[in-house]
Amino acid sequence: MNSAYALPMLTIFPALGALALLILRSDDHKFIRGMSLFVATAEFLFSLVLIPGVPIGSSGYRLELNVPWISSPPIHFHMGVDGLSAFLVILTTLLTPISILASWNSVQRRVKEFFIMLLMLEVGVVGVFLSLDLFLFFLFWEVMLIPMAFLIGIWGHDRRIYAAVKFVLYTMAGSILMLVGILWLYNATGSFDLVEIQRALQTGALVLPTQTEMILFLAFFLAFAIKVPLFPLHTWLPDAHVEAPTAGSVILAGVLLKMGTYGMMRFCLPLFPVASRKAAPYVAVLAIIGIIYGALVALVQPNLKKLVAYSSVSHLGFVVLGIFSFNTIAMQGAIYQMLAHGISTGALFLLVGMLYDRRHTFDIKEYGGLATPMPRLSAFFLFVALSSLGLPMLNGFVGEYLILLGTYIVHWKWAAWASTGVILSACYLLWAYQRVFFGEVTREKNRTLPDASARERFILATMSVVILWMGIGSVFLTRRTASATETIRKSMERQQWPQEAAAPAPATSAVITLERSGNR
Amino acid sequence: MNFSTPSPEDFYRVMPELLWCGFGVLLMLLQPLTKNRAFLTVVAFIGAAAGTASSLLGVRYAGMGFFGLIQSDTFSLFFHVLVGAVAVLVILAAEPYLSREKLQGAEFYALILFATAGMGVLASAQELLTAFIGLEMSSIASYVLAGYRRDTLKSSESSLKYFLLGSFATAFFLYGIALVYGASETTLLTGMGHVADSQLSLLKLGLALILIGLGFKVAIAPFQIWTPDVYEGAPTPVTALFAAGPKAAAFALLLRIFATVPAATQYWFWAFWILAVLTMFAGNLGALVQNNVKRLLAYSSIAHAGYILVAFAAVTGMTSGESGNAGGVPAYAAVLFYLLSYALVKVGAFTIVSQLGGKDEKYVTLEDYAGLSQRHPVAAAALSLFLLSLLGLPVTAGFFGKFYVFKAAVNSNLIWLAVLMAVNSIIGAYYYLKVIVAMYMREPSEDSAATAPISFPATVNIVLAVSAIGTVYFGLFPNQVLRLLLEKNLIGGLK
Repeated sequence: MNSAYALPMLTIFPALGALALLILRSDDHKFIRGMSLFVATAEFLFSLVLIPGVPIGSSGYRLELNVPWISSPPIHFHMGVDGLSAFLVILTTLLTPISILASWNSVQRRVKEFFIMLLMLEVGVVGVFLSLDLFLFFLFWEVMLIPMAFLIGIWGHDRRIYAAVKFVLYTMAGSILMLVGILWLYNATGSFDLVEIQRALQTGALVLPTQTEMILFLAFFLAFAIKVPLFPLHTWLPDAHVEAPTAGSVILAGVLLKMGTYGMMRFCLPLFPVASRKAAPYVAVLAIIGIIYGALVALVQPNLKKLVAYSSVSHLGFVVLGIFSFNTIAMQGAIYQMLAHGISTGALFLLVGMLYDRRHTFDIKEYGGLATPMPRLSAFFLFVALSSLGLPMLNGFVGEYLILLGTYIVHWKWAAWASTGVILSACYLLWAYQRVFFGEVTREKNRTLPDASARERFILATMSVVILWMGIGSVFLTRRTASATETIRKSMERQQWPQEAAAPAPATSAVITLERSGNR
Repeated sequence: MNFSTPSPEDFYRVMPELLWCGFGVLLMLLQPLTKNRAFLTVVAFIGAAAGTASSLLGVRYAGMGFFGLIQSDTFSLFFHVLVGAVAVLVILAAEPYLSREKLQGAEFYALILFATAGMGVLASAQELLTAFIGLEMSSIASYVLAGYRRDTLKSSESSLKYFLLGSFATAFFLYGIALVYGASETTLLTGMGHVADSQLSLLKLGLALILIGLGFKVAIAPFQIWTPDVYEGAPTPVTALFAAGPKAAAFALLLRIFATVPAATQYWFWAFWILAVLTMFAGNLGALVQNNVKRLLAYSSIAHAGYILVAFAAVTGMTSGESGNAGGVPAYAAVLFYLLSYALVKVGAFTIVSQLGGKDEKYVTLEDYAGLSQRHPVAAAALSLFLLSLLGLPVTAGFFGKFYVFKAAVNSNLIWLAVLMAVNSIIGAYYYLKVIVAMYMREPSEDSAATAPISFPATVNIVLAVSAIGTVYFGLFPNQVLRLLLEKNLIGGLK
């Protein structure tokens, strides 16, 4: 097989699986589950080719495929992968089989459709990460909405319809303005191809007037900020999370939110550097508000799932802050935090889902002293909570540390404010843990709850291994994302910036520190 | 001009219209002779299909026909195939509907064929009185079709409303023709380019009246009030025809006027800008509060007329010399592609509505659609596909339709119009989602008779398959059609 077709194959494969499911009989639930698990696992193994596919230190895109699709306007089926997208794809393909396993027993209604939706969601998300044509990107961006909306709307909880509609409307509002932006950009450049547009901008063949650039930046940024979600555009997120079934929440928090931060790194920064720099202080303020606000709301949440949802707002605020500090270390940290958050928050949602399967409530008051009837589950919960609050040696620490370090180098005040989020995250997670698992068993029902089953132990053990590995083996990832980060940062430097010329020292030291951490 | 006998080629150029009318007359003659519904349907089907196929003949004989009254070109071919295909699909979809409602078949089919012939004339008319004849042919047949369920109040109301308001509109159209003739001393579109400056205001006024007349036909705000009532009252297969056919044909005439009369493009830019915004908001805001799916789709078709007007504004904005069009899709092609995607979807959607309605079209509210995904998964999936296409989601034809309109607007620097269209798309998303939500996420109400599983007749399934496959195909490969639409001499008079 020509390696150029690896990426489209990777994107299409789950769709083929979904198609097979659609055709096959729908009454044998066991078979459907097994089949979709097989497809998703195969997809995961397949996606691992991206790791050797993106060698350390390689710049530019790998495994590129660029074939014309529509002649007028010239739209190409252009896909490629670099250090940034490779791991996000792998995160997606890892979380999908995990979600399938997690829904093994909890989904009993319209089983076939459920797994078809999950697989189609995977198609959309993988496509988003791999597309290098703005049009193709937009296409996958929109396509992925529908399966997610269905997942929330059909298999969700009480207010599922409200949450599903809100989710779709919010996302569409942003993305349709992005479409206008994409078209405007096309008018200026005559191309939808990200690589071509970037080249035109870098060589000076195309110079966007500052005002135009600002408007275009906002058109893209708004779509991404809604997805992230950045304060104050976050209100769809708690609703979507609380109402979504466990698998939906895992994918939503694990991957979908990263599409926003990925979009910022892939499109906003390289295409509109001047506007990005101008907007950075405002974005940073919003991100910091998000960090603190998300944490404070999580602190007072009586609903365990909402608590985790708001912790996402807080954690993603860190990612946005890292991206918009334009510092290599912080951006590396942002990428790392995206992956780490995907794993640890995904795992938190899995755990919350397991509790829900047992008691059918998210109310913290309904729990208490669960460590007695279910010691294993509570041990896993503690481990995951610690990783989420950023305990050293676990994955959450690396990302937050790099972000705060990188941001501190450039804007120490930002870092100072943001670091309160770290403290608060310890507060809300540990306090929630204490209320749910420690103390006396307050409800009689909870006394007899079964501990984690073999299937659940397998899921949680997998996630825990990844958490631990990411915490101690972070170099494996940072080495591979370094060149992508560097490329993005460099692509912002085409215009000479007076303030940067005056103080080049931080940027240089950032590179040195990074290289010391085992690079090249 | 030599008004002797028309040449044989001229007859090839109107072959579709001849066939459609001929089969229409044949059907009416057959009506007293046979009671065999299937036979009549087959005759109607053959007539519609033969007419559509024969439009390909016109291309062989491209050029002016009947002394410049009509023009056979790629543009007219496109619309002949479009309205012809709509007629074929509507005939197929109508058969089970007619037998369910115990309505006569032959007259119904004949009227559809006459209406289609009128639309064909509209699409190729190169002269205003010819266009008027086409407009009347399609309108009068439509008035009758709207009231075809004559024992129901709603259908009669629909017919009467359509007739009264339609007559007003026709009058406007005629006044417009008179004024234009006064200004330019011709009714040939090609002859209107050279009007003396002193007559210019008269020409403008005449063109404005023509716009009002056509604006009524395509349901542009503020001439859209009739649409929901007429669409709701008419038999649903007829609604499918209304939504797809006459609209396309009237837009075709508008486009042709644009392409040929320079004065038209210069003065209508702001008119289209404002009308587009009004129409989009009128349609979308109206649809928001609808609980009846038929009315909802009626309002949505108003909104879509608004989107198409955005492309019209782009046509005019472009010719006023603001921006080039390098390598892009011209606004003309955007309109045509939009109409194609829109016709496919509306025919499919209304066909499903007509089937789900049951006897006397009782089940048309959102509550009746609740839980449809369990009763008839294929219908629910197909209707969702159509609604998503109307919404403009990727992998559907509607997405590319909207995309090209967006692009046309942005190309002509109409950023605000594009943004307003974006806002409207979001409003639209809400009510399309409402239907999908009802079908997939709500449980059917238990006491309703609409809970029983249902199945569709074969002809309906064919219609749905054609619409659905077409919607997805053009959503993946718009190239095929675009290549045709991007031809240099798409419209005969276009430079």
